[in-house]
Amino acid sequence: MAGITFQGVGKTYAGNVNAVREVTLEVADGEFIVLVGPSGCGKSTLLRMVAGLEEITTGQISIDGRVVNRLDPADRDIAMVFQNYALYPHMSVRENMAYGLRNRRTPRDEIARRVDDAARMLELGPYLDRKPRALSGGQRQRVAMGRAIVRQPAAFLFDEPLSNLDAKLRVAMRGEIRRLQRRLGTTALYVTHDQLEAMTLADRLVVLNGGRVEQIGAPLELYHHPATTFVAGFIGAPAMNLLDARIEGGRVMLAGHDLGPARGPEGAVTLGIRAEDMHPAETGLPMAVDYVEELGSGRIVHGAIDGQPVALALAPGAALPAHLALHIAPEALHLFDTTSGKRLPDALPRPARTGVPA
Amino acid sequence: MQKIKPLDHLILILGAAILIVPVLMAFASSTHSAAEIHMNGLYLAPGSEGVATYHKVLTQRGGFTGEVTGARMLLNSLILGVGFAVGKIVLSMMAAYALVYFRFRLATPIFWAIFTTLLLPLEVRIMPSYQVMSQLHLLNTYTGLIVPLLASATGTFYFRQFFKSVPDELLEAARIDGAGPVRFFIDILVPLSRTMMAAIFIIMFVYGWNQYLWPMLMTTDEGFFTLMRGIKTILQVWVGSQIPDYNEAFALAVLAMLPPLLVVLVFQRMFIKGLTESDK
Repeated sequence: MAGITFQGVGKTYAGNVNAVREVTLEVADGEFIVLVGPSGCGKSTLLRMVAGLEEITTGQISIDGRVVNRLDPADRDIAMVFQNYALYPHMSVRENMAYGLRNRRTPRDEIARRVDDAARMLELGPYLDRKPRALSGGQRQRVAMGRAIVRQPAAFLFDEPLSNLDAKLRVAMRGEIRRLQRRLGTTALYVTHDQLEAMTLADRLVVLNGGRVEQIGAPLELYHHPATTFVAGFIGAPAMNLLDARIEGGRVMLAGHDLGPARGPEGAVTLGIRAEDMHPAETGLPMAVDYVEELGSGRIVHGAIDGQPVALALAPGAALPAHLALHIAPEALHLFDTTSGKRLPDALPRPARTGVPA
Repeated sequence: MQKIKPLDHLILILGAAILIVPVLMAFASSTHSAAEIHMNGLYLAPGSEGVATYHKVLTQRGGFTGEVTGARMLLNSLILGVGFAVGKIVLSMMAAYALVYFRFRLATPIFWAIFTTLLLPLEVRIMPSYQVMSQLHLLNTYTGLIVPLLASATGTFYFRQFFKSVPDELLEAARIDGAGPVRFFIDILVPLSRTMMAAIFIIMFVYGWNQYLWPMLMTTDEGFFTLMRGIKTILQVWVGSQIPDYNEAFALAVLAMLPPLLVVLVFQRMFIKGLTESDK
């Protein structure tokens, strides 16, 4: 068990393609870090650099205080779970789990003990002598995790481990991974493109975009204080509404409505509002309703404010009129620079939200 | 339910007959005496001389020196067939492993160089090969018979394609599991290639079994005669009033068919099993 340190880590592929640039990150011992971002953002490359499957072009990665840049994957004291499981098809579940230990010349009884422990933890006992092809997707995924657990590594690396499972199983396995990691207290790096998976699993999230870190922080911190429009648009379902607005005379103006005071440069600004922060009221910002997604526990209303698409989260209830008037609390506004997409931290007179809702 | 189409069946039956009748004819004729065959032509019904003919063919010493028996020739053919098949599989697997998994410059040109040799049949290089073996004093040895033909572009090509279809994650998982290049090859690739090996074994065994020109050049000692040469020898006695021992030639031909048939039957089952059980 150990921390992982990234220092200015970068990866350049042949042809000067920068897949990862200047990633600096300190992962504490036992922490569950999720690397999240759209496909092609470099999250898998970053993980594979930790694993030793990709060379590190610049910077340094250390595991447990030891620089691992030039170490073989086998010597880095990590275990990896792959998206397609990568189980050895000709070996039984037991052999699959034991293979890494056998190669390390672990004593036979020690191997048997660890495999049995892992099998009990993952409820794989009845399947130990089966071949992977005789298992379901969820069971295969558990075998892949078992293979990682028996090694008792310094860190687990997960590369989109749940993408091949159906939605229901994915939720169940998500919980299982989280419980398992808490129980073992092993540092974990987890790559996913699914923001929901990222939010629910992570102690801290690392949002990547185009090979760069956009923001690092706890899930709710990112949710409530996105540092860029990219993070705002990526985290949360529905994503944060991003609207073109203006600051005029120290007020945030949208579609001719005054939404509250703002400091900062006059002119165009990107306004972010969470779908659940807008409430229908007697008077307010006019919104044209386009269509409604009923989710049972709530509903998502899609429409437009001033011709810009907007999603609104409401409690279930009566049918909606074609036009709504919305009230938005001034504290619920997020302002971003229109060109750089960066948050304007001092533009609003107080933090966008105080306290963390239960 | 599907309708039975008489015409389709007729075509299938005809096709089967075309393939089977010559074999039946060879077997039936081998159970008649040479004189009967010479007078009446080929037979479709078995005769009475079968046991005697096969016994004679397997045990009687023949050839110019009167040293070599049918059993001996059968053994030689087997050694050649198995030696070819096993040697080619081992060699081409290792070559393909190097080509696919090791990043070295010119890997692709080297592969294409190997691949183009597919276009050159053995006969093209048979004289230089002979000379090399002769200078190495390997004429009339099993080594000389087998080794020069071991390099196999076909096998290398098949294994290369197969290795390329093995998911990269398997290699990566093995690397993280601490398996070095040799370990990965033996523990993962070889077991995964079983079906491929069976397929190549069938092809190469039959190829080796049917070799005619090369053994004829390489060996003068009749102790190294193969079945193929044995058949030829029997039919070469057209001198004076002697008629060739057709029945013996047929008997040898039937015997020559059995081992490849056996190999195909055994490995085909494995081959199909491997294909249908794969989970990809």
